[in-house]
Amino acid sequence: MFRYILKRLLQLIPALFGLSILLFFWLRLLPGGPENTLLPDDASAQQREALRESLGLNEPIIVQYGLFLKRLGEFDFGNSLQTGRPVMEEFTTRFPATAELAIAAMLIAVCVGIPLGYFAARKRGSFLDSSAVAGSLLGICIPVFFLAAMLKVVFAEKLGWLPSAFRLGAGARFTEITGFRVLDSVLTGEFDVTVSALGHLILPGLALSSIPLAVITRMTRASVLEVLGQDYVRTAESKGLQPTVVRTRHVLRNAMLPVITAIGLLTGSLLAGAVLTESVFAFGGIGSFIYESTQQRDYPAILGFLMLIAIIYVVVNLLVDLSYTLFDPRVRVR
Amino acid sequence: MPLLTVDNLSVTFTGDDKRPVRAVDGVSFGMDEGEVLGLVGESGCGKSVTSLALMGLLPSRGVEVGGRVHFDGIDVRSLPARRLRDMRGSQLAMIFQDPLSSLNPVVPIGRQVTETLRRHKGMRGKAARERAAELLDRVGIPDPARRLTEYPHQLSGGMRQRALIAMAVACAPRLLIADEPTTALDVTIQAQILDLLGELVRSEGTSLLMITHDLGVVAGLCDNINVLYAGRVIEASSRQQLFANPHHPYTAGLLGSVPRLDAPRGEALTPIRGSINDTIDWNDGCAFAPRCDHYTMECLTGTPELVPAGEGHQHRCVNPVNLDPGPADADRHGHVAEGDNVR
Repeated sequence: MFRYILKRLLQLIPALFGLSILLFFWLRLLPGGPENTLLPDDASAQQREALRESLGLNEPIIVQYGLFLKRLGEFDFGNSLQTGRPVMEEFTTRFPATAELAIAAMLIAVCVGIPLGYFAARKRGSFLDSSAVAGSLLGICIPVFFLAAMLKVVFAEKLGWLPSAFRLGAGARFTEITGFRVLDSVLTGEFDVTVSALGHLILPGLALSSIPLAVITRMTRASVLEVLGQDYVRTAESKGLQPTVVRTRHVLRNAMLPVITAIGLLTGSLLAGAVLTESVFAFGGIGSFIYESTQQRDYPAILGFLMLIAIIYVVVNLLVDLSYTLFDPRVRVR
Repeated sequence: MPLLTVDNLSVTFTGDDKRPVRAVDGVSFGMDEGEVLGLVGESGCGKSVTSLALMGLLPSRGVEVGGRVHFDGIDVRSLPARRLRDMRGSQLAMIFQDPLSSLNPVVPIGRQVTETLRRHKGMRGKAARERAAELLDRVGIPDPARRLTEYPHQLSGGMRQRALIAMAVACAPRLLIADEPTTALDVTIQAQILDLLGELVRSEGTSLLMITHDLGVVAGLCDNINVLYAGRVIEASSRQQLFANPHHPYTAGLLGSVPRLDAPRGEALTPIRGSINDTIDWNDGCAFAPRCDHYTMECLTGTPELVPAGEGHQHRCVNPVNLDPGPADADRHGHVAEGDNVR
């Protein structure tokens, strides 16, 4: 087991190496540079040249890449060109917001999608089933930013039921421990903050959950339909077991296997979707920072953030794969 | 009173836009306590569907079931689902064809045995585990305590079928239905499983309904045999009678097509020509007529009835063969009568 985890983590190294090459050279192909975005429009050509020189951008690109790799070996992604603070620090202050949002979206998707898919399969051809199928198609088709904007207009601005932006209400006082507002406020007992933080998560969480919700609903439905026709379900029924036992132990346990894999893969799309959702709701996570960095040609920030996201993505998938072995003894690692 | 009475059982599959298919077409038979009855026929003759109908395991959608099934005097088909569930696994149990796909791949063997004990006997915890180990031991699985914690994919094919048998006999059912229990196994394991089944039913006094396409299987095990063709019983008799003196040309054809060790080298097998697809509707005459070597015009008018011919022997044929067995016929089929494996 330990060797398996180690092997998976070691596989990360070549993947990250490849990613760094791709990103590093790709970014430099973008027109413009930080000298155009960081300096005022009326800056002289000498000033621009001086900035490029001081940032080391005039070295041969291969040398720049070598320097980047050397610093990476010390787990240093350099400083952000926009803020001047270390990229790592920028990341750790922003990541909890994105993680909180992604977790909220995934919880919504799992808690709604699995029961919905299950009952759609059980009541195949019913109104519930056709609505679930149609709804999930819609969920996949609607662009996340459009859904986010619509939710914001309807439920925040027109109806005023839920807050339209930020992670907490104005003037809220809170104690920061981990950066996860819901968790922190529960730990410190500031339950008014918990309620406010949860309220601020609902709309962006819903918007971000649309794709995973749709995928999980459909996968659960298809998987349950397949399992219902399996011989072992008939065997379970031939033993006279109670319907609840047949449904949970024999149907759901088997039907969940492909869904678990899907959940792992969906975490990637959640991180991507978070960029758009965060900007609509001014959520202040990594998404809006990456967007800004791209606009500003903040090379170290973009590189650092994307590589850290890649690491997190791989670790999340590893955790999902490990949890998979709990559910399916056939792939259990010896 | 017989333990099981099946009266005019019919099963029709009605697809949404397809022509209804009648898989079982008026099957009737009875079984006494402790009797071993073979239900024999080729693929598609309705034998598995019959067994699922007896257990109430056919899907409710797209299936129409007719006729009556009485088990121990109880009309099984009119029982509420809850009562039927109480009977399944405790009084009526079933063993399926493919032991790998019939076992839940993600639940340990032990759990799959104890869940039956828990459901019907209220046994839980250590008591249930000990009983499950006894059952695995009873069906010949070595090191049962360890096997309880293992998963189906860790067992061999024969072991899996033994485990399924252990689950089926866990609550000492009065009727055991075995649907092609040896088809997915290799020949040496087949013989072991058949021996085990025979020994279990004899020692417990369980009735066994053995469903198979393999005459070799019924030859060694069954007291009585019903031969099915196109959803109907076409011949019913004791094992000895059937092997020595088959009346229906189809039964005779089945026996004639079995390979024999004492046949001269290079002699071709004698197949029944055509396939079960060449069946006509029973309403238009005998469904076997298109494949029969003995058919006359009489065979194509009206459904032939199941008629008695000799002691405990019935056939559904207007031109039966071997009614007056000559010495040649007796010699031809006689040797398999006493439980030899016909293979």
